[in-house]
Amino acid sequence: MTSGTILNSKLFRIFFICAFFLTAGLFPKVTLAAENGPDTSKTKFDAKAMILEHISDSHSWPVAFPFVKEKFLSLPVILYTDKGLEVFGSDKIQEEGAVYAGKFYSYKLEANHIKVVDASGAVNEAASKKVWDLSITRNVISLFMSIAILLIVFFSISSSYRKRQGKAPKGLQSFLEPLILFVRDDIAVPNMGHKYARFMPLLLTIFFFILINNLMGMIPFFPGGYNLTGNIAVTATLSAVILFVVNLNGNKHYWKHIFVPNPWWLFFIMIPVEVVGIISKPVALTIRLFANITAGHILILSLISLIFILNTIWVSPVSVVFVVFMDAIELLVAFLQAYIFTLLSALFIGMAIEEHH
Amino acid sequence: MELVTPSIGLVFWTTLCFGILLFLLGKFAWKPILASISEREKSIEGALLQAEAAKEEMARLTNENELLLKQARAERDQILKEAKQIKDNIINEAKESAQAEGTKIIERARIEIDNQKAIAMADVKNQVATLSLEIAEKVLRKQFEDQKKQDALVADLLKEVKLK
Repeated sequence: MTSGTILNSKLFRIFFICAFFLTAGLFPKVTLAAENGPDTSKTKFDAKAMILEHISDSHSWPVAFPFVKEKFLSLPVILYTDKGLEVFGSDKIQEEGAVYAGKFYSYKLEANHIKVVDASGAVNEAASKKVWDLSITRNVISLFMSIAILLIVFFSISSSYRKRQGKAPKGLQSFLEPLILFVRDDIAVPNMGHKYARFMPLLLTIFFFILINNLMGMIPFFPGGYNLTGNIAVTATLSAVILFVVNLNGNKHYWKHIFVPNPWWLFFIMIPVEVVGIISKPVALTIRLFANITAGHILILSLISLIFILNTIWVSPVSVVFVVFMDAIELLVAFLQAYIFTLLSALFIGMAIEEHH
Repeated sequence: MELVTPSIGLVFWTTLCFGILLFLLGKFAWKPILASISEREKSIEGALLQAEAAKEEMARLTNENELLLKQARAERDQILKEAKQIKDNIINEAKESAQAEGTKIIERARIEIDNQKAIAMADVKNQVATLSLEIAEKVLRKQFEDQKKQDALVADLLKEVKLK
């Protein structure tokens, strides 16, 4: 066996990757030690807090995370209070216990929620309820970024479609065309029949929106490193869109099926069941996407946390191998969940617009 | 519980952004993309159909050509056959007429020959007669220089006449 084949062998590569991460594993320890200082070096690593902090939304973003942990991006806080709109930077309330005196109230960040505080510094729950937090949070920024990416990508391929009219696709266009055709031929057409064309923009937008955010969520640092499709507010909103589209397009057969059971005297059971069915479909969509993506993030972060919980670098090869494995599965799940969400949306719409013969 | 409580802010921004995204992509991306994909599919299908039609046309033309060729060949054979027949007829006719002419000529020649022969014979006969007469005259002159002999002969002749 020549040296070339040794370098190319699978075992060597695995060994090399493990060795790399073993070495790299030394650094977080150094930085952790530096952060905590000599007197707090015994502070326990809190995996649960770290994971929850990652998978939930926040008012700031550690943009330079792997290098500088303290460097946060200040995000605008927008509060719609009963007295008017309040806008300020999140850096004002970022520090533990910091109180910001706004135009109408004073605010404080408590467990990642903005609360109204009175003069004595105590949280005023009644007033807090009246404040609607419309802040540009980390997830909102990532939402903007993913939308910008989608717009840039699809406008560019749209223009290349115009330029290369009738010709074979090229570059990015040829990479995305199979996905577009997949949504059309394997999701829309089989479930919605000949009336599919009207719902194609919605299905394509949902598919690529979920896909790009699933994929961006897998990137561990700045442009990614968020959990948008694993956030219940986002999945619920997407499902609500489907709920509206399904019920606004439902034809008379759809409504007849719900309100006129067969035989008719079963109506007292069937109507509640069908009405629950209307609601449960989007709820299932919401929870499926949320749970799948969040579970993936939790699993990967837990495996990484293992190194810090056991406080030894010798676990890192195990963690790294499992995390790589989980990342591969998450990549599959990213596509799979985008597919399933779109497929079920198409199915529900198809059921609502289906013509009975 | 924190994790499964949707925050109003994110719902608001998601609705807004998703609506804008849906509108923009629907109007400026999906519509032209899908239109051009389906147009391309149609043109490919059209091209395939055309190719199929061209193939059929080709096959039809080839068939037609073959048929024409076959017809032409048959016609040529027919013409050749007819020509041969005509040629045979002409030859036969020529032969027949030649034979008839020949026979006629031979016939005429024979008649001529017969005529000539008859004439010649007649001539010969005349000459022979003349000659015989002359000879007879000379012989008789010689014979009948003597009177006695002349009397004897007359007597003979007379005898003969009496017998008849």
